[in-house]
Amino acid sequence: MNKSRREFIKLSAIGAGGLVLANPLLNAMIGQVNAAEPMDASKIKRFPTYCEVCFWKCAGWVYTDEKGEIWKIEGNEDDPHSNGRFCPRGTGGLGMYNDPDRLKTPLMRVEENGKQTFKEVSWDKAFRFIAEKMNKIKEESGPESLALFKHGSGGAHFGKLFKAFGSKNITAPSYAQCRGPREVGFNTTFGSNINSPEPVDLENTKCLVLIGNHIGENMHNSHVQEMSKAIDRGATIITVDPRLSTAASKSKYWLPIKPATDIALLLAWMNVIVSEELYDKKYIEQYAYGLEDLQAHVADKTPEWAEKITSISADVIRQTAREMAFHAPATLIHPGRHVTWYGDDTQRLRAMAMLNALLGSWGRKGGFYFPEKAKVPSYPHPGYPPVNWTWKDHLDGTYALAGSSIANVFVDMSHPDNESDYKIKGWFVVGTNLISTIPDTQRTLEAIQNLDLLVVVDTMPMEITGYADIILPECTYLERYDDMRVSPNRFPNVAVRVPAVKPKYLSKPSDWIVRKLAKKLKLSKHFNYESYGEVIDWQLKQMGSSLAEMKEKGVLKMERKTPMFIDEDDYHEFGTSTGMIELYSLDLEMEGFDPIPNYTPHPEPPQGFYRLNYGRAPMHTFGRTANNPNLNELMSENCLWVNPFVAADNNLENGQEVWLKNQDGVVSDFPIKVRVTERIGKDNVYMVHGFGRANKKLKRSFGKGISDSQLITNVMVDPVMGGTGMRGNFVSFVTDKPESEVIS
Amino acid sequence: MRYAMVIDTKKCVGCSDCVVACQNENRVPIGYCRDWVIEHAKGTFPNVSIELRSERCNHCENSPCVRCCPTGASHYEDGGLVKVTRHECIGCGACVQSCPYDARYSHPDGFVDKCTFCHHRLQEGKLPSCVSVCPTECMYFGDLDDKESKVYQLLQNRNWKILAPEVGTKPHVYYLI
Repeated sequence: MNKSRREFIKLSAIGAGGLVLANPLLNAMIGQVNAAEPMDASKIKRFPTYCEVCFWKCAGWVYTDEKGEIWKIEGNEDDPHSNGRFCPRGTGGLGMYNDPDRLKTPLMRVEENGKQTFKEVSWDKAFRFIAEKMNKIKEESGPESLALFKHGSGGAHFGKLFKAFGSKNITAPSYAQCRGPREVGFNTTFGSNINSPEPVDLENTKCLVLIGNHIGENMHNSHVQEMSKAIDRGATIITVDPRLSTAASKSKYWLPIKPATDIALLLAWMNVIVSEELYDKKYIEQYAYGLEDLQAHVADKTPEWAEKITSISADVIRQTAREMAFHAPATLIHPGRHVTWYGDDTQRLRAMAMLNALLGSWGRKGGFYFPEKAKVPSYPHPGYPPVNWTWKDHLDGTYALAGSSIANVFVDMSHPDNESDYKIKGWFVVGTNLISTIPDTQRTLEAIQNLDLLVVVDTMPMEITGYADIILPECTYLERYDDMRVSPNRFPNVAVRVPAVKPKYLSKPSDWIVRKLAKKLKLSKHFNYESYGEVIDWQLKQMGSSLAEMKEKGVLKMERKTPMFIDEDDYHEFGTSTGMIELYSLDLEMEGFDPIPNYTPHPEPPQGFYRLNYGRAPMHTFGRTANNPNLNELMSENCLWVNPFVAADNNLENGQEVWLKNQDGVVSDFPIKVRVTERIGKDNVYMVHGFGRANKKLKRSFGKGISDSQLITNVMVDPVMGGTGMRGNFVSFVTDKPESEVIS
Repeated sequence: MRYAMVIDTKKCVGCSDCVVACQNENRVPIGYCRDWVIEHAKGTFPNVSIELRSERCNHCENSPCVRCCPTGASHYEDGGLVKVTRHECIGCGACVQSCPYDARYSHPDGFVDKCTFCHHRLQEGKLPSCVSVCPTECMYFGDLDDKESKVYQLLQNRNWKILAPEVGTKPHVYYLI
């Protein structure tokens, strides 16, 4: 008990400590208020917002103190995403505002004395430069040759600018690098997408099944809250994960599966449920198409067959299948979120959807509910010009089932090796660090070298900003209006975001940036307002409320108009081509893919190598929070989880720094500390994604830990929808400092 | 009245939200904290389990920190709260050394600081900020003298432990196990 508090906190994150307390002098720099001063309660104000630290977009309140500085951020009790409780990232969101490393002014790439450097420029000069380049691209190859990569609220404003300019080549890595296979897997089964937040009725589930989904480490707020309530109620949790995740540690059954064999387990579960006739007979008979095909398909996929593949005993497979059936239809096989793993991900997600179907949990209490979304009128603007082509023309029918644009295809369209007629010449990158989000960084960099224009809009100097021609500093969500949050949920609702403080430095809201740039492009007629507050106020007034009212409420809840679950006495039509739940997928068959999922073995790590797995920590979102002063202090670097046998075999000690080398010879830029732990098996190693930041301007996070993205050079593309499978990379340990130094 | 905090280790996911919320609420300078989270792992793969625990000042009934304070700055208040009166504290750090839970730190402004169970919030009828922010609702706060209270009920019906019982401090933070 003689360790300091600081080391204790870090324990949960990295194992052995040895970490230095933050320098108290730093506190003055980042605007921390002197704790000895009492606060004048009458001067405290609150402003509604929804969080932008992750995509869950919890609604809450930003409190400012007597000096008008941000004091704290808390959840809004009327909000179904947060229920009045923010997660650590949302609570620490003020660190985004306070971070002294923020982008402060527009920066332009210039050449000085033969060396490229960034120079501070005025907003006006930045806009003139961008408008000129955009018009040149438009003249030479058409407006469609400009592409937008986006993530988050700021991106929506740029989407409108792109459409007004004449390009619908707009994409987000959150599809093909994350949840895309899930959308296609469930859509081909139930005719509905999952979307966000996932419409899972965790609140009422009696049996929760997690396939590599680490709720609690992924801090999807309302789901974490509901899982906790499920634990309280004594619900069964079954977690399939090669690592003892936090969720696994709270589960009745933890199935430490051999990585990359999940489909075999899912098929065996279906074998048990079908052969023992444990499925929901009435539901399947009424709604499902293809039961006989499925029966024949899984007849030989016995638990004994799966045991040899997955290393999960046949007994446990049977026992867990029976337990799922016992609680059905209140059994939920959670679709997860980041599911681009091995390239056959759509099929794995389909197997999960089909298992839900057999248990009758789609549209049933304790399974999946039917979400409803508020209808928000569009602010009036002139029609957008027609476009001559989009990314779909480049693909010419490939990935036809993809429901959204595929970010890696945009990289292909920009790459010098693109021989199609559809070429991308310029990028806007808004709020997404493509260097980390799209695997095969080398290819992304080659595409970037081939561009005529790269505009990066961000709040922080992420790696992608280093390659920009021009960098535009966006202010944080705490300093701006944005579109209302309109997300599907148990009840339709909207949440507003209102600035709590003025933009720091010379940073600006995206809606302002877009309006000013539109003026230079002579597109002002599309952006007919002076402040985005006007747009929201107009929309709210059409809905019978107002911005003034919403400043007091933050969240507007509405009544449902349709049933939340399938009405047992009524006919229910599904959105598939047969109008039924497709256990046998006609869409997949038509596109030439397996209509029922098959297990295919994946490559194993070579001798001396270990599969690289990665995931989330509850206090961080991707790489965007690594430098946040509040969150960095909770976890300032990632560590490498290594089984004690693996550590012994490789002479590694707890806390030792190692570099990693992958199967293609790529060595990590930085070292990572080894965490020797029994929580992981012998065939893989694990790290939290988002560290190893390589931009020196990120002073707090530069060079701390490793970026898994850098080591993901083997990308297995999902033939169904173009997703990028990232879990087939293998690493070995390098204990001596490699010769090459990172230069940035 | 006897204030107590009951923390359910079966529900805690170790997210450390309690730490950030406390830092904001109580303006704890970055680099310091009044509460923290630890993880204990037991067993060998795959028969392994973990316990996650949010820790803080235990507001002990028999507090070494109050006993050793030379100026009386460390003192008890109603409900058994252990608090530090900042202007009476000379920052000698005797209490920091005496606390078996390492729950106190020397504030850069020259006094010793620690968890107050958010006394200022209790006075407004609110819960401590860590309790009210916790996404898993694994923390409970209330009056142990009130048999109707959730904290009393939980200790009646669940298995629990206190930290370092051997040092005889009689802590008032309880962990459900």
